[in-house]
Amino acid sequence: MNNTVIEIKNLRKDYHIGEVTVHALRGVDIKIRTGEFVAIMGTSGSGKSTMLNILGCLDKPTAGDYILDGINVNSMSKDELAKLRNIKLGFVFQSYNLLARTTALENVELPLFYDSKVSAKERHDRAIKALESVGLADRMYHMPNQLSGGQQQRVAIARSLVNDPVLILADEPTGNLDTRTSVEIMELFQDLNDKGKTVVFVTHEPDIAKYATRNVAFRDGKIKKEFMVEERLFARDVLKNMTVENIEEFDI
Amino acid sequence: MNITNLFRIAIRALLRNKMRSFLTMLGIIIGVGSVIAMLAIGEGSKVSMREEMSSMGTNMVMIMPNFQRRGGVNLGASSSMVLKYSDVVALRNESTALESVSPSVQASGQVIYGNQNTQTTIYGVSEEYLKIRKLEISSGRIFNSNEVKSMAKVCILGQTVVETLFGTNVDPVGLSLRIKNLPFQIIGVLKDKGESGNGQDQDDLIIAPYTTVQRRLAAIDYLNGIYASAVSEEKSPVAIAEVEEILRRTHKLKEGVTNDFRVMSQSELIETVSSMTDIMTYLLGAIAGISLLVGGIGIMNIMFVSVTERTREIGLRMSIGGRSRDILAQFLVESMLLSIMGGILGIIFGFLMAKLAGTIMDNPTVIKTQAVVLSFMVCFAIGVFFGWYPARKAANLNPIDALRYE
Repeated sequence: MNNTVIEIKNLRKDYHIGEVTVHALRGVDIKIRTGEFVAIMGTSGSGKSTMLNILGCLDKPTAGDYILDGINVNSMSKDELAKLRNIKLGFVFQSYNLLARTTALENVELPLFYDSKVSAKERHDRAIKALESVGLADRMYHMPNQLSGGQQQRVAIARSLVNDPVLILADEPTGNLDTRTSVEIMELFQDLNDKGKTVVFVTHEPDIAKYATRNVAFRDGKIKKEFMVEERLFARDVLKNMTVENIEEFDI
Repeated sequence: MNITNLFRIAIRALLRNKMRSFLTMLGIIIGVGSVIAMLAIGEGSKVSMREEMSSMGTNMVMIMPNFQRRGGVNLGASSSMVLKYSDVVALRNESTALESVSPSVQASGQVIYGNQNTQTTIYGVSEEYLKIRKLEISSGRIFNSNEVKSMAKVCILGQTVVETLFGTNVDPVGLSLRIKNLPFQIIGVLKDKGESGNGQDQDDLIIAPYTTVQRRLAAIDYLNGIYASAVSEEKSPVAIAEVEEILRRTHKLKEGVTNDFRVMSQSELIETVSSMTDIMTYLLGAIAGISLLVGGIGIMNIMFVSVTERTREIGLRMSIGGRSRDILAQFLVESMLLSIMGGILGIIFGFLMAKLAGTIMDNPTVIKTQAVVLSFMVCFAIGVFFGWYPARKAANLNPIDALRYE
């Protein structure tokens, strides 16, 4: 059985801005196995966003191979890539990207609209299940503006889960959230990971990266450091401590 | 993505902006509404004009002298004297397609009753004239052939003349008045006919025997025209041919010489007037069509705004599996829904406007199915045409840029 979700060999990406060529990625090799929880780190301009775009099949590399779940992505057309994203990938964004004035349930249903194999009833049922799994069973008919930031991100995570993807890609998922909510979101990701989901997320906060099992640090378009997290943080414990700290703070 | 999902997504997107969707549709509603109303008004006036003219008798045939030119010289008056009473006799005897024939002599002059006077036209005709023109008597009687023969000074008045000279609610039958200083006895009054299609008062006339008018009032020996009626409307082309044949013979016209008379049938006149009102209808329709076009541009404008405003939504849809053509289809369906909904409401609005206009102008309005179908199809085309460019713009967005769009 093939337990490699992502295999990238000597990946390069150049951008042409006018006459200047920017080498965003200068030869990246990486392998991510099923069930891994990987944090991609790096400062702005390090190439981490380009990497995420290519991982998400939103952008094509200039050179090198990208094999996603056994499929070589390089030779695929735009429409084939769209289909691949629809079936294999789940996206979570920093700014949630939920449709305004649309209920949480409908937002979660959205990816299934683009899969003609899914019937209306199945779409509905799967969306409800996804929302239940992120703990929003009682918020299904709320509009995004009636939800807190953390709840909105949960809806977005439910949306990324609804098509049962092989890989969840998250772009700074905690960037817009306060510390406590950030940890709650990481708890959700850890739960999903425990259930076997492969998660790759981009962050520039070392604290948040510690919730992953492996960290990959980018600099100047190359992988600078790659290591397994030694003192991994577990969101559940962190939350427990936080509660205690808060109580102590209030007591004093 | 299947069609049902496509429509569901588009409808949801439109419902998210109810007010804007409605205002966008309003352009189309007004456009379609005015096209339908204008065409209905045009069509209505055509129908009423037709009716008006038919009421004068659809099988009427008129013969007028033709003003001729010979070698560049307009023979004017002399050529207008070609119609004689003998022509009437010839037509009566020889024609098979004509039912009745009446000579017509006109004179105009002052008419005096007591201290009232008026200026009007006196038509000298034979007793068949009223039947040919479908005129009816409201009181009194028509003159008889004896009175025609004896140049009797009797006359029948139109309603306008009666009102001017005698006032309303007076029956002048039996009284006498003076036409050009000759005393005439009033033997009848015509029924009210109202205005003709071109606004002429059809009741401002006096009818008298042609002999009387020809000799006593106009002092001429020719006729101003001949009115006849064909046996039926279908026979009127045959009647026209016959009249030409007979009159060419009696006028001794050699082959190659143009007719010194003109023959017209009422049905031909109706056609002429119809084609004129058609032009007016098209003109009105075209002006209304411009407002429909403006409505279409409104749709395009709003779709552009919508695409820009929803750039991130488009990016998201693409990232979760929407292909370019799905995005294109979504925006096209949105603009088509706007224009089609606008079209349906516009048709309803047009019906109401046409009805209102009909009541205000006191003119019937006729809504033709073609107008409704046509404007609906135009709406559909507008939706596709003006929706295409914004939809293309949306479909061509790069998902990465679209997702980061602020």
